[in-house]
Amino acid sequence: MNQHVTAGLADPVRVEPTGREDVVRLVDLKRRFGATAALDGVSLTVKKGEILGIIGRSGAGKSTLIRCLNGLERPDSGEVFIEGREISRLGERELQPLRRRIGMVFQHFNLLSAKTVEDNVALPLKIEGRPRAERMGRAAELLQLVGLSEKAKAYPASLSGGQKQRVGIARALAARPALLLSDEATSALDPETTRSILALLKDINSRLGLTILLITHEMEVIRSIADRVAVIDAGRIVEEGAVWQVFADPKSEITRSLLGGIRPQLPPEIASRLVPGEGAETILRIDVAGEAARRPLLSELAASVPGAFRLVHGGIDHVQQEPVGTLFVAVPGADAAHLAAVIAFLKNRGARVEVLGHVAGPV
Amino acid sequence: MSPVLFELLLRSIWETVLMTGASGLISLVFGLPLGLALVATDRGGIAESLWVNRILGAVINGFRSVPFIILLVALIPVTRLIVGTSIGTWAAIVPLSIAATPYYARIAEVSLREVDHGLIEAARAMGGNRWTIIREVLVPEALPGIVAGFTVTLVTLVGASAMAGAIGAGGLGDLAIRYGYQRFETSVMVAVVIVLIVLVCGIQWIGDRLVARLDHRG
Repeated sequence: MNQHVTAGLADPVRVEPTGREDVVRLVDLKRRFGATAALDGVSLTVKKGEILGIIGRSGAGKSTLIRCLNGLERPDSGEVFIEGREISRLGERELQPLRRRIGMVFQHFNLLSAKTVEDNVALPLKIEGRPRAERMGRAAELLQLVGLSEKAKAYPASLSGGQKQRVGIARALAARPALLLSDEATSALDPETTRSILALLKDINSRLGLTILLITHEMEVIRSIADRVAVIDAGRIVEEGAVWQVFADPKSEITRSLLGGIRPQLPPEIASRLVPGEGAETILRIDVAGEAARRPLLSELAASVPGAFRLVHGGIDHVQQEPVGTLFVAVPGADAAHLAAVIAFLKNRGARVEVLGHVAGPV
Repeated sequence: MSPVLFELLLRSIWETVLMTGASGLISLVFGLPLGLALVATDRGGIAESLWVNRILGAVINGFRSVPFIILLVALIPVTRLIVGTSIGTWAAIVPLSIAATPYYARIAEVSLREVDHGLIEAARAMGGNRWTIIREVLVPEALPGIVAGFTVTLVTLVGASAMAGAIGAGGLGDLAIRYGYQRFETSVMVAVVIVLIVLVCGIQWIGDRLVARLDHRG
């Protein structure tokens, strides 16, 4: 009987008894700016040691979301649990020690121009009140980790963009955080530098077991390092899952559009000639992933369904070591039974098939 | 120039340097915190308080709009309260400081306001409090501008101290008026002008060198 009474009592500092593996847990987060809802009921969890990527267009609410995690932004309603502790209603003074458990990397690096590289890296420790010898020792260690030991005494202005972000990452790691937030960390960098920064983040994740939550508008970033992806649009999570699964089978329109740049698309010359109804050739889109993409699908098709077909466009990519592919195939003739047999065979082998339309003549 | 006049010139140089230096130092000590307060209490600042901001701004504008020669006379009771007399070099330092402090506060405010907001946010994300942000971000990042602004203030004070002759403060301006102008001692006038040029150029040169050393923004 007492159980009922206990359950009804609100604990002043809410500590989650369960879910110790969740570094972050967001429950129905809402935040409005005037008439627009930046966050419209976001619920998410980030597990210990994983890299969660949040992707969305600009203005989708990504920045507001990531800033709620260290209390730089306060939600209007909803709950933010960091390592089991609800933080969204804590005062600035209570948030300060908590923020030291969370490192943050910024799009524009935000390094202090008046401090040397090593002093920038050591700043979180200075804020914690650590002695100078310890700060400098840790800074040297981190600069070695990010490969910038020789720049310790340099000022940020003399560094390249990629080097600045390496310093930013070293600084974010200085206080040994439990969580690393990355706010468009590679958006101001060229593709080659982006790759090296992403490799560094991945390396830190696997070497230190550090949990990373990153926001980006580039699918390529998600593809390179994230374990799981959440797609945000107009303040809501519209899709969430393992990266390779979302890549293989995007459910929402926005995800498909964000994937557009890096997944094979029907070439425009063909797409512009597509007509509904009938034509000399039928264009099929075949999506395969995982087991279905590992088999010799096209030769099996040729062996079991007589009749010619042409590969028009496509490719197989590897996302998180899983093959994910899209093939565009043209099947000749107006024989509906033949087409149905082709589609049935492919579906039977685990592929997703979509009839895109017909073209009048060979392309 | 007679040895007497030369001695007078040396004494006037010392009085000008004393007035400029002392009131400059006082304006730095009070003006920089005032500038910080203006930036911190403004909208989006680290200690936003629009009421405080408006009152501070109004007081600063009030002092800045009174011509220095009037301030000099109007502040005589205050000067007497602080220094014990309203005449002489030390007495002039009071109105000079009171005029220079709001002037410098506005100059410091401009430099502090230019500090990238992202840097403040980074310090907050690291768990820094307001004091950390002031000590590690705002002041160091704005330091080149703070020093350049202090140089401008000192040069302005050299000019303003010439008016302090009106309350018997001495100094180069006073010497030039009383000997150079009223007694037609052209050599004194020329000497004063040369000394002033050297003084102003010297202050500016030191200020510029300091700014160049402090500025790491590339």
